[in-house]
Amino acid sequence: MRASNHRTYLTRRRALSAVGAVALALALGACGSSDPLASSPSGSSGAEAGALVVGSQQYYSNEIVAELYAQSLEHAGFTVTREYQIGQREVYMDQVTSGKIDVFPEYSGNLLQYLDKSVTATDPAEVLTALRKALPSGLSALEPAAATDQDSFNVTQATADQYGLKTIADLSKLPQPVKIAGNSELAKRPYGPDGLKATYGVQAEISPVEDGGGPLTVKALKDGTVPVADLYSASPAIASEGFVTLEDPKHLVLPQNIVPLTSAKVDEKAQAAIDAVDAKLTTAALVELNRKSVDEKASSADLAKAWLADQGIVPAS
Amino acid sequence: MNLFVQAVTWLFDPANWGGPDGLGVRLAEHLGYSALVLAIAAVLGVPLGYLVGHTGRGRNLVVLLSGAARALPSLGLVTLLALWLGLGLPAPVIALVILALPPILAGAYAGVDAVPRPITDAAKAQGMSPGQVLLKVEAPLGLGLLMGGVRSATLQVVATVMLAAYVGAGGLGRPLFLGLKTQDYPMMLGASLVTIALALVLDVVLAGFQRWAGRGR
Amino acid sequence: MQWILANAPLLWQRTLEHLSLALPAVVLALLISLPLGWLAARFKASRWLLVSGTGLLYAVPSLPLFVMLPAILGTGLRSPVNVVVALTLYGVALMVRSVSDALRAVDDTVLDAAEAQGMGGWRLALSVQLPLAVPALAAGWRVVAVSTVSLVTVSGVLGLPSLGLLFVDGFQRGITEEIVAGLVLTVVLAVALDQLIAWLGRALTPWARRAVAA
Repeated sequence: MRASNHRTYLTRRRALSAVGAVALALALGACGSSDPLASSPSGSSGAEAGALVVGSQQYYSNEIVAELYAQSLEHAGFTVTREYQIGQREVYMDQVTSGKIDVFPEYSGNLLQYLDKSVTATDPAEVLTALRKALPSGLSALEPAAATDQDSFNVTQATADQYGLKTIADLSKLPQPVKIAGNSELAKRPYGPDGLKATYGVQAEISPVEDGGGPLTVKALKDGTVPVADLYSASPAIASEGFVTLEDPKHLVLPQNIVPLTSAKVDEKAQAAIDAVDAKLTTAALVELNRKSVDEKASSADLAKAWLADQGIVPAS
Repeated sequence: MNLFVQAVTWLFDPANWGGPDGLGVRLAEHLGYSALVLAIAAVLGVPLGYLVGHTGRGRNLVVLLSGAARALPSLGLVTLLALWLGLGLPAPVIALVILALPPILAGAYAGVDAVPRPITDAAKAQGMSPGQVLLKVEAPLGLGLLMGGVRSATLQVVATVMLAAYVGAGGLGRPLFLGLKTQDYPMMLGASLVTIALALVLDVVLAGFQRWAGRGR
Repeated sequence: MQWILANAPLLWQRTLEHLSLALPAVVLALLISLPLGWLAARFKASRWLLVSGTGLLYAVPSLPLFVMLPAILGTGLRSPVNVVVALTLYGVALMVRSVSDALRAVDDTVLDAAEAQGMGGWRLALSVQLPLAVPALAAGWRVVAVSTVSLVTVSGVLGLPSLGLLFVDGFQRGITEEIVAGLVLTVVLAVALDQLIAWLGRALTPWARRAVAA
């Protein structure tokens, strides 16, 4: 009896330590593979000079642009690790400045405002010059694309007709304060309520939705929950829903050209691969890519592959 | 640690509490949403739980549901419903009711179910109708367990109401997301501290209430 | 459905990322809770403090905790360490009570008998009390595993890679399938882990099965 009991204790004990070992192995294994699909095989980091990390914001359109860069870079012979969907600027800028990410598609105006809150520049060239001056050392901004994707104030055709709205200033014809649906940060941006008041005399109130001008914002505008919505100008919804984008004659909203932010590791060859993409990337092209991402639910990899082949940047394999 | 000092300073600045966007309004919204959700969940869950506990039917379903609800990610539920229902309160409220229902249901059921058989038999022998047995015997005796369910539902709801702001409603999630997106970390941390304090206070109060309610047994 | 098939690699990647956050937390929660729970079970004075103290942790809402931990730990907002630490804390909050209850539920006569055989201290705790408490421990650990897997998704709003990102991306692009896929995968992962622990608990206690069979 006693002997058999003793044996059971032993097996139990062995079994328990086995659990511990398994658990530990799981924990260790899991820690080691925090980025399980990183495309560069481990160990290649030092040996190969042509390894770059491309990052993107947590915004599908930004991810598409990042993927365009990534595939073009791969075609040029670089090994690319993708770090997509990294929150917003405040989350990923750390990683870019510390050199963990080498290429990141950015938006010129908002990036400038992030770096320098007291900006006065309003036209694209001025913004780029100011941006290059404001960037921390080690980072550079390559040539921007023609494509812009900036905040824009939109109303439905019916509202535009009813009140005769053409420019942002006309919003003062609506009952004040005007409710505007948009990302919460709009409340604090220079073109938010304060800027609208100072520049156009419009009293605005932000109705925050955290979908980056996505379906919920569009829906709120469409069904009349809000009279105005802040949508990104490259949003496919503006055309598909027949919204009217209000003109901004006083340049309240800074131009947001797509501009690649790069680390010192990006050499001339890599720059050329990125420039090849930006040279062809117009707003219309971006809107179309976004439309396919939303309407056809296409993945960024497929979209980028087809577009790069179309433009003759990377031949279809 | 410096950030905490800033967050606390931010919290104690009366300017941040007043006005239509102030913390006062956000806190009231937060409590209001939570109360609304808990009221709906209680109206649905308590009678249903009593019914299950009283009749003994559907017991497995209750156990299964309360297990499954733990696995359901609230963010997924909120975003999915928001896509269907649009801006504002309906989506987060429905999502939160789905999250709050199982613990309340389980608490109500367990409370009634745990009443010893001899006690209910004695009540029946005294000529009580099944309805009277439920209301006068089982419900009061099961109050402690029911309160336990309400307590865990409350904690979950108060925590998850943060996500209402993600889909365009108010609450303490508003300053949290605004702070996050505009690098106003004192605001973000301040809002977090208020929420944590709120949850802790509610938990302590409800724990006291739970003990008091369970004393009858 | 088509979206799901076309994006199977992405779903797989997110699932792995999800596991890489959830598993360390689930394991760490157990490892930390065992000694704490033992203390709580052994000494009455510490029980109240440990059980209600850690229980209070569970009242802290997850999103604020994810946001606050970087400030406390000095890590970046996007560091997986924050999420793992936060999830471990929640796991400990749930688990300490389970461990304490499980150890205390072990029949006193068995412990007395073992002591009479000359066992004591660590040997008694590790080779008698712990094995006998395994079924109850497994039950508590299952709850921790399930709620941890579900909680990981909240970190998605901060941009950390997990199944939670599917909610964020699907929400921005209006792709219902993506959100539903995320929901289903989260639940499947939770149930799988739950069943794995249940199986482990049974495998470790063959005598319990024998008792039932007999």
